[in-house]
Amino acid sequence: MKIWDPLYECMLREDLEQLQLERLQATLNRAYKSVACYKKKFDQAGINPEEIRSLDDLAQLPFTTKEDLRLNYPYGMFAVPLREVVRIHSSSGTTGKPTVVGYTKNDIHTWSNLVARFMTAAGVTHDDVVQIAFGYGMFTGAFGLHYGSETIGASVIPMGAGNTEKQIMIMQDYKSTVLVSTPSYAITIASRMEQLGIDPKSLSLKVGLFGAEPWSEGMRKEIESRLFISATDNYGLSEIIGPGVAGECEFKCGMHLSEDAFIAEIIDPDTGTVLPRGSIGELVLTTLTKEAFPMIRYRTRDITSLDYEKCACGRTMVRMKKTMGRSDDMLIIKGVNVFPSQIEEILFAVEGCEPHYQIVVEREGEMDILEVHIEVTENIFFDEMKKQKGFVELVEKKIHSALGVGASVKLVEPASLPRHEGKAVRVIDNRKL
Amino acid sequence: MLKIKNINTYYGQVHALKNVSLHVNAGEIVSLIGANGAGKTTILNSLSAITPPRDGEVLFEGVSLGNLSPDRIVEMGISQVPEGRQVFKDFSVADNLELGAYLRFRGREGRAVIKNDIEDMFTLFPQLATRRKQMAGTLSGGEQQMLAIGRALMAKPKLLLLDEPSMGLAPLVVQEIFRVITALREERGTSVLLVEQNAKAALKIADRGYVLETGKVILEEKASELLENKDVQRAYLGREKKEIWER
Repeated sequence: MKIWDPLYECMLREDLEQLQLERLQATLNRAYKSVACYKKKFDQAGINPEEIRSLDDLAQLPFTTKEDLRLNYPYGMFAVPLREVVRIHSSSGTTGKPTVVGYTKNDIHTWSNLVARFMTAAGVTHDDVVQIAFGYGMFTGAFGLHYGSETIGASVIPMGAGNTEKQIMIMQDYKSTVLVSTPSYAITIASRMEQLGIDPKSLSLKVGLFGAEPWSEGMRKEIESRLFISATDNYGLSEIIGPGVAGECEFKCGMHLSEDAFIAEIIDPDTGTVLPRGSIGELVLTTLTKEAFPMIRYRTRDITSLDYEKCACGRTMVRMKKTMGRSDDMLIIKGVNVFPSQIEEILFAVEGCEPHYQIVVEREGEMDILEVHIEVTENIFFDEMKKQKGFVELVEKKIHSALGVGASVKLVEPASLPRHEGKAVRVIDNRKL
Repeated sequence: MLKIKNINTYYGQVHALKNVSLHVNAGEIVSLIGANGAGKTTILNSLSAITPPRDGEVLFEGVSLGNLSPDRIVEMGISQVPEGRQVFKDFSVADNLELGAYLRFRGREGRAVIKNDIEDMFTLFPQLATRRKQMAGTLSGGEQQMLAIGRALMAKPKLLLLDEPSMGLAPLVVQEIFRVITALREERGTSVLLVEQNAKAALKIADRGYVLETGKVILEEKASELLENKDVQRAYLGREKKEIWER
């Protein structure tokens, strides 16, 4: 399959490390000079950017967090004057004030190419018709994929989020070959099509590019078997650039992270120490090419691991595992770290399980109570109470053996859990911690 | 082909290059841009060991150039065309070219090969062919620049270091010089590290560029992107000045 930018995507590690060092030093020099927040942070830590002489030295630099972005709301983290900024975006801002990011003309160009890389890796070509079912507006997702598609030369349908029936109609009539959405929305589309009696095989869809929320291998299988497409994962966050940080190739064995544009580190979320290669921990990213909004050691809060083994596709860029949850929405239940994605994996493993679920955590006295609410489908809304009980017990047993903590599973009516067209809210934590 | 990591160069007490890292790939034209005193020429002089760096690492085709003398560096395949041409004014054009091959006389190549290469330079720069017997000091600025490049090429470099080739030349002559630099890369695969005040012309023929400021690299990008960079435009390309300063 085609590689969009082989010069960079297939770079020898030795050459890549040289390029990373050059770009890192240039980024640090610029950030120190132009962004007061970085100057202050470095000075406080007693570090001069001139002391950074190797990629390993990066670990000496302080982290940047979402809190820094909030404190410098709206434009404090910009490294160029506003007149050089051609675009302003915002993070979804699910908690507190939104964070504002900016792009120069070159940044938009860089971004488009980074997205074109992973779209090409997923199998998108200039012959494709790409239906973008992400919300436009302040969210970077839609624009990133939009520019990537145009850069490749594909035809873009800027549908926007929601209005599932219209999405399906357009998919049928415009003969969309690529769907861009959240993975949960792809399931929503599949379910709606089933209700409407539309055969997914009658569509022209062949590839799905899903991102913006963590999803499991089980969910991939479900999407692939219900929509008859190749479902691929991609990763990005607006603070770094938006989508385009990493994306899967045809082998679907982790997302190739564009290391010529970003340095990835894995740290222990509690201590902040850099973990050895291959460890699971929090992803920390440093931008190497951003002009308007350089980010130095940004704590993504996403939990993953990096695989440096060679990939069969020929790309040499490190592969990032699917995110396993967020270090800040990691639940600590009875002292055990629990990621919602672990529960999701189990639900998919149990046959007949519809992927609409919610995790509810309560505290009774000193005890944490973990509940998993699962929407039933016709398949598992058994007539016999005995069968239903057996199903619940099976899920409970599997959760207990996988997590080490017990959970009580409750079956709820179909479509009774709230639906989200953006990011799904999977966890409700009612403990007052 | 060329990899530089963290070089620091001093002029006495003056710290002229601070942790500079850069690279040039085979067959690439890379441009260094920046204001006067930013350290562009110092990078070239550090590479050719005229002002050797105090520390850091310079690898050329995988071999360290640390502690090598300027003549050894020329033998390795790096030739510098100095700022202000520096041709031997009282020598003829042909003698200047022959001197460029000075180190090759030590080797086993016959003089015939070198003579042949001189003729080759006259093909590359036809203007010089008609003046081969003329003293170099009587040439025009553009011709002297061509001669300086020709002299450097006589050492058969794989990497050419060019310092301000367009300085003081008429626009048409500059065009011709830049045409030759591009042709060298296209036809002979010579890599070029180019220092230029005329950033716009340099970025137009370069693949990538580094922007220097007070001895530090502050930007590494594709040349086409540097041309679009507002900072670069304002500082080095002289564009948009009016709109910005009048506001």
